Order: sequence, then structure tokens, then C-alpha cells
Amino acid sequence: MPRIEIAVGAFLAAGLLALFFLALQATNLRLSGSTSGYTLIARFENIGSLRVRAPVTMAGVPIGRVTDIRFDPNTYEAVVELRIDPEIRTIPDDTFASIYTAGLLGEQYVGLSPGASDQYLQDGDSFANTQSALILEQMIGQFLFKSAEEPLP
Amino acid sequence: MRRFLAQLGRRGIAFFARLGRRFLLLLHILAGSGELFRHFDQLIRQLHGIGVRSVAIVSLSGFFVGMVLSLQGYQVLTQFSAEESLGLLVAASLVRELGPVVTALLVAGRAGSALTAEIGLMKTTEQLAALEMMAVDPIRRVLVPRFFGGLLAMPLLAGLFSAFGLLGGYLVGVDLLGVDAGAFWGQMQQRIDCYADLCSGIFKSLIFGLVVIWIALFEGYDSRPTSEGVGRATTRTVVQSALAVLCLDFVLTALLLGV
Repeated sequence: MPRIEIAVGAFLAAGLLALFFLALQATNLRLSGSTSGYTLIARFENIGSLRVRAPVTMAGVPIGRVTDIRFDPNTYEAVVELRIDPEIRTIPDDTFASIYTAGLLGEQYVGLSPGASDQYLQDGDSFANTQSALILEQMIGQFLFKSAEEPLP
Repeated sequence: MRRFLAQLGRRGIAFFARLGRRFLLLLHILAGSGELFRHFDQLIRQLHGIGVRSVAIVSLSGFFVGMVLSLQGYQVLTQFSAEESLGLLVAASLVRELGPVVTALLVAGRAGSALTAEIGLMKTTEQLAALEMMAVDPIRRVLVPRFFGGLLAMPLLAGLFSAFGLLGGYLVGVDLLGVDAGAFWGQMQQRIDCYADLCSGIFKSLIFGLVVIWIALFEGYDSRPTSEGVGRATTRTVVQSALAVLCLDFVLTALLLGV
């Protein structure tokens, strides 16, 4: 009987270990939790296909995540909540928040380009300067419109 | 014409009577679940029979399924130069679908058929009747530990299957085909959701475990007490389990995706 019990114990441990391995290694679950850090708000005219959980980067390094995306019916803007890691405390208040695309067809993410102000953004503050996502169709439309205006050589 | 109608009626009544016995058995098992705590060693013995002895086949199958997924996925993804998404492809297919489904099929073949044969033989050799003679409820004593052993073992086995599949996919994708290891894990961690994907997979395998073990126990308990009857019951277990798992998988996936 003890041998059976040892085998069953090992089986239960291995099974639970496999599930933990999957949860930690293969999914977006992070034990540190997303409750730490502070929230900044960015308003965009158009967020393209930005989604919740998209990374927030500064100089290309991920420093936070998008936690919520809402539509503001008064200003017709998208309100994007960014949760910034707690150790990044010194984001100047004239920082530029832009939506970029990783690669040609990749995920969209929020990129922050620091300003020169010595005032720092606090929890709940919003970005003064934002730049919307580039919509491929709009760009092509503008390009066609422009080239139609130019006189033919 | 009248003979045809009579035949149809007999079939229909038999079908519904069987369905009723099936659900009564499940209720009886659930009602007797308190027995688990009094005979805990029985549960451990069944976990050994259903779980531990399936570990080898489940992990080995998972390993090879992961390897072949990686190989096939790579062929398609290179056409779009999206090899970096290989990890995502392997993990999503394993965790969401292949893990629960293939594990359930394997357990149905490996443990379900054995359970049916065991219980069918117990019935044929009148061991169940002997238990009843001794005022021991055979359902509580024989079926309950097997039922919960299977129910508990299934998600753990599915987890093992997926974990070994990931390792196999990693070996083939990264070591053999040269996909970047960081991208392999990174894409996976970015896009696979712990609740929407992993937990729904565990939920699925719990349901599959319930259905597979339920079918196996019922077919054994309801088998005709002859050697031929036990053989037929075993076949029916495997066929019905496979069908039930595959059909349920579609229904559950549709429900979980909220279509």
C-alpha cells in the first residue's frame, strides 16, 4: 500500500506542477499581479486596434500595460488607462503618448517619448500630448488624394 | 406496418429506460460521495489505477503531438514569415483543444475500457450481488471511488499532456528548426490568457472526465452478465466515450467562446 500511496502522491504533484508550469510559462499570468503601480490616462482621437493588456513602452522597454479602454461620449475620444510599473516614477508631464505598431502587421502598443519638463505625472493624471494610431487606409487615402491633386508631368 | 411500429416503440422505450438508468446511476454516485471520506484508501487505489498508470501514455502522446504540431505549424508559418508565432500556435492548440480532448480519448481507451470490463466481470461473477447480500451498497463501495478518482485524474493528466506537448514543441521548434527561444515563449505568454484559455481547458477536461468515467461505469454496471455482454459493454464504452467527448468539445467550445 505505501508504494501505491507514494505513486499517487507523485502523480498528484506532477499533475499540479504541470498545471502551474502551464499557467506561469505559457500564459499572461504574472505572480507580481497588476495591482501594483499607478494609473495614467491618455486620450486618443483614434486608437486603431489597440487592445487591453497591450504593452506600454518607453525607449522600447515595456514599463506598463494598457488596463482599460473606454469611449468618452462627450469628447468623442478614446480614454485609455495605462498602468505604469511602480519603480518608474519620473515621467515628465509633457511626455508624448503615441500608438505604434510592432512590425508591419504586429500588435499595437503605446509608446511614451519623454518630454523635458521637471514636473512628473502622478497617479490619475492624463497626458497632455497624444498621437493617434496610424490607420493604414487613411494614409493610403490621403496619399491617393494628394497624388491626384498634383498636376501630371 | 404494425410490426415496424412495435419495433420502433420497443427501441424507443429501451433507449429512454437506459437514459433514465444512466442518470439514476449518476445521482446515486453523487449521493454516495460521502463514502469517499470513510474509505479514503479506495480513492487512492483508484487514482493509482486510472491516473498513475495513464501518466506514461499521456505524457508520451503529448510529447509527440507537440513535436508534430511544431513541425507542421512551422511549415505553414514560414510562408508568412511568422515563425515567431510558433510558440503561440503550439500552446493555444494544446491548452485549448488537444490537451483536454486527446487526454480524454486516451483515458477512455486506457482506463475507461478497463473500468467497464472490471465492473462487468464483478457483475458476471456476482461479486456485486454478494456485496449487496452483505448489506454493502455496491455503488457506494465500488463505483464512487472509481468515479471521483477518474474525475480528479483527468485535469491533471490533461495538464501533463499539454506541458509535455509544449516541451516537445519547444524541442522541435527551437532546437531543430531554429525559431528564437525568446519569441517562442514571449508570444505565447503575451497572447494566451490564464483564465480564458487555461482555465477553460481545465474546465473542459473536468467535464470530459465526468462523461468518460460515467459512461465507463454505467456500461460496466448495466452490462449483461455474460462474457459476451462484458465484451460488448467494453466496446460501447470506448465508442460512446470518443463520440461524447468530440461532440461535447464542440458544444463546450461554442458555449465558452459565447457564440
